[in-house]
Amino acid sequence: MLDAQNNPTRTYLDRRVEEFRAQVNRRIDGSLTEDEFRPLRLMNGLYLQLHAYMLRVAIPYGTLNADQLDVLAEISERWDRSYGHFTTRQNIQYNWPKLPDVPDMLARLADVNLHAIQTSGNTIRNVTADPLAGAHADELMDPRPVAELIRIWSTDHPEYQFLGRKFKIAVTGSPNDRAVTKAHDLAVRIVEKDGEIGYQILVGGGLGRTPVVGRVIREFLPQADLLPYLEAVLSVYNLAGRRDNKYKARIKITVNEMGLEEFSTRVDEAFARIRPEFSGADQDLLAELQTAFAAPELAPRDDAAYHAARAADPVFASWADVNLREHFAEGYAIAMISLKPHGGVPGDANAEQMRVVAELARKYGQNEVRVTQEQNLVLPHVAKADLPAVFGELKAHGLATANAGLASDIIACPGMDYCALATARSIPVAQQIAERMAENEIDVGEMAIKISGCINACGHHHIGDIGILGLDRAGVENYQITLGGDAGPDMKIGEKTGPGFAYDEVADAVERLVHAYLDLRHDGELFRDTISRTGPEPFKSALYDEEKANAA
Amino acid sequence: MAKRFQPGIVSANDLLSGAVIYLAADGTWVSTMSKAEFITDAERADERLALAETQPEIAVGAYLAPADNSDAGPVPNHFRESFRAEGPSAPARKSWGYANA
Repeated sequence: MLDAQNNPTRTYLDRRVEEFRAQVNRRIDGSLTEDEFRPLRLMNGLYLQLHAYMLRVAIPYGTLNADQLDVLAEISERWDRSYGHFTTRQNIQYNWPKLPDVPDMLARLADVNLHAIQTSGNTIRNVTADPLAGAHADELMDPRPVAELIRIWSTDHPEYQFLGRKFKIAVTGSPNDRAVTKAHDLAVRIVEKDGEIGYQILVGGGLGRTPVVGRVIREFLPQADLLPYLEAVLSVYNLAGRRDNKYKARIKITVNEMGLEEFSTRVDEAFARIRPEFSGADQDLLAELQTAFAAPELAPRDDAAYHAARAADPVFASWADVNLREHFAEGYAIAMISLKPHGGVPGDANAEQMRVVAELARKYGQNEVRVTQEQNLVLPHVAKADLPAVFGELKAHGLATANAGLASDIIACPGMDYCALATARSIPVAQQIAERMAENEIDVGEMAIKISGCINACGHHHIGDIGILGLDRAGVENYQITLGGDAGPDMKIGEKTGPGFAYDEVADAVERLVHAYLDLRHDGELFRDTISRTGPEPFKSALYDEEKANAA
Repeated sequence: MAKRFQPGIVSANDLLSGAVIYLAADGTWVSTMSKAEFITDAERADERLALAETQPEIAVGAYLAPADNSDAGPVPNHFRESFRAEGPSAPARKSWGYANA
């Protein structure tokens, strides 16, 4: 079965590009109506937004090599406005393609094995994973071979081209969930039991208008059962999922309406039927993928130069403190590259910046770049001795903001500056808040502010320490604040605080919340710890009572 | 019950570029809202939307966008139409390459 589908090889991608080129030509010459063409373009990741088309390109499990990133830069220059926008689902979006150019863009992507297939529509979307996969010290196992296996299985799978609704899958191999697994329709967490590796499977998570925390449907699934089990989940959803109401069509609603127990029983029945169809070819492929994703050979390196640079340059030291993550190999680090310069557009990188990062990956980073769910980039394997040079290059190109995980590292959806679904702007709100936060965010410490420009929650507002949702209230932008969300392994949905704030009041409101936190926190307490201890009241008071006091 | 008619203009996106376009009184498509035909009754709106339907090679997703009239022609009366007319707000343009940032 897997052989027939196979990895989307060059031949397959070429065929898809030419098929789409013919469809675009037929649309332009009038042979296809827009109603006929729309589902065809969406199957190829092409949306029509407020001011232009938007092409969403998948970056499977957030992993890129330097050549691929160079091509992403080149595409932005040849056919767009010389920048791209990285998303919370490890995609890149081009905001200004012209319809007749899109087939050429896709053909160029195919040169480096990238594509936009299944980045839209009611199919299995880009399979995402821990962006620090294969590099972080806390990892049990690299999730990418499993993510790639799922990607190969789900790409162009005939049974899943017309699901009731979109279906998102995430995989992590670390107990410190960096892939927001509980916000996915289905998630795979690699776990160990009695010395054996297996998978914990979660279903029914999602954000959007009905946020639901994903629940464990199987505590420990043996490795060889993964694909048949996923087929079982998908087949139950495909038949039982609602198609009468778009807003009730996601698997989270199916699971909630049916009950997890009944859903699980039906999955087990389907699994018993499907399992014998799998001969083990998938496991042979997984073994090959594990070899392909083997950790790079990292020669021991002396880190004296790193410590010397830290001592000599406080700006470098500060960046290192905030933006480095612990690598499994001694003498190496993971470098987070912030795409959140204070006052910049969250997640945007211009062509020159993309090329700089690609070159750094070639020179110092084992040819690897990652895209994070926080809309940043990562060099996952850098010798500490090389960090001063890496930092120098990043700084020269506006990529050395020391804010990874801090208050100005804001997730923001494109909002009404670009998106046809948006009800309010997100980007300028993020920019205002980031500028306010810049001054003392090191003192504030870890803090997740997330902004969505509509109820679909692409900006993950439900799971921010501080979440902001932009709405249209009687023809005016209005921003609702939620508190106490958490995107980690024990994901929590934040609670609404009360009436919303006007566009020019939001940054003040967030600043009051941050000041309240600084006043209330005990030593070493994160925002989410403080609010769990105090409850939301003191924060609501900071939001609303102080506002009244200031107005009085 | 039918939605109460609101005066406005017919707007769509250009098939090739995706850009915002408006239907002018002479039946051509223009890129400036102030040059659009201001429509004040439901019957005329239906006629103009029907005309747009016959031009799928130009206009995608034509709809009646509410607007006010002014001496200089139609103007937006909702922020969504303002953003459609003006493009991404200035702060959001910061990434448009180095040349036009």
